[in-house]
Amino acid sequence: MSGAGDRINIFPSRMAMAIMKARLKGAQKGHSLLKKKADALTMRFRAILKKIIETKVLMGDVMKEASFSLAEAKFTSGDINHMVLQNVNKAQLKVRSKKDNVAGVLLPVFEGYQDGSDSYELTGLSRGGQQIDRLKKNYARAIQLLVELASLQTAFVTLDEVIKITNRRVNAIEHVIIPRIERTLAYITSELDEREREEFYRLKKIQEKKRKIKEVTEARLAAFKASNEFKEPASLLAEERDEDLLFN
Amino acid sequence: MSHSAVKGKLIAVIGDEDTCTGFLLGGIGELNKKREPNFLVVDKNTSRHDIEEAFRGFLKRDDIAIILINQTIAEEIRYVIDSHDQPIPAVLEIPSKDSPYDSSKDSILRRAKGMFSAEDMR
Repeated sequence: MSGAGDRINIFPSRMAMAIMKARLKGAQKGHSLLKKKADALTMRFRAILKKIIETKVLMGDVMKEASFSLAEAKFTSGDINHMVLQNVNKAQLKVRSKKDNVAGVLLPVFEGYQDGSDSYELTGLSRGGQQIDRLKKNYARAIQLLVELASLQTAFVTLDEVIKITNRRVNAIEHVIIPRIERTLAYITSELDEREREEFYRLKKIQEKKRKIKEVTEARLAAFKASNEFKEPASLLAEERDEDLLFN
Repeated sequence: MSHSAVKGKLIAVIGDEDTCTGFLLGGIGELNKKREPNFLVVDKNTSRHDIEEAFRGFLKRDDIAIILINQTIAEEIRYVIDSHDQPIPAVLEIPSKDSPYDSSKDSILRRAKGMFSAEDMR
């Protein structure tokens, strides 16, 4: 088990095991956090997608109405295309972008706003002014809708990218990093166990050796006692009384 | 063009004459200091190359936040649109006067379709 697969190159010791355990904890925490983030993003993503589809359908209607009013205006005031296309100067409708924060992802949000005066104020002054006015209103509405759609779409693209990255990270932690740490832990455990067994065996071996040495010495002592040369050593305590050497 | 970020960004249009006219009346047209317009009128004489050039030009300009393009014209330079994967500028396909909107051709919706079932799309 221990040698199988890819593991972190580390010396198997108790401290390394503690470090690995901490890392495993960290990885699991990170995994659950990232998973939560991915879920939050996906939820937002789906909501946005639904809105995009709705807005796109709505856009079809609004654009149809706008085109229709253009045809109306043309009918009453003649061909105004050239005049309009030539008289371009400064944009009156512009977009500002703000930032929206979803689970740490910054999404740009566009917002249309009026800037400066209408450069086509006098268009259709002679005839068809009403139609042109309605035309302008319709197109302004279309533009507002399109700006909204644009922010949705931008959010869609950004979220799509971020979700992919997050999912990749989640999978990497789940399938690469955590198994690797687990393998390392298993390796360290097995290695420590192995060392303990070795130690135990060594102790047993030493005990046996000591026992043998003791046996040999005892046997030799017994043999010596059995022979005649053996005399009991004089006991210091056996003698009852010592003669005083100095004061008698 | 550093001031443009503060002043707000523009909406660019690539479309047929009527579409452009309509949006210009809506008030999005602007000529910059070099007298370059932020719109392109496409008629039957406009070559695909010109459209592509204009589109790429709009993508490069940093004062443009949104590009509106007629779906019929988008079809012609579909590969350019598909290769554009930055969120800004946002490329929006809009219906033109004589062709209704077909969601199955839209670059974004095609991407979205892969993730959702048919009933979500409605």
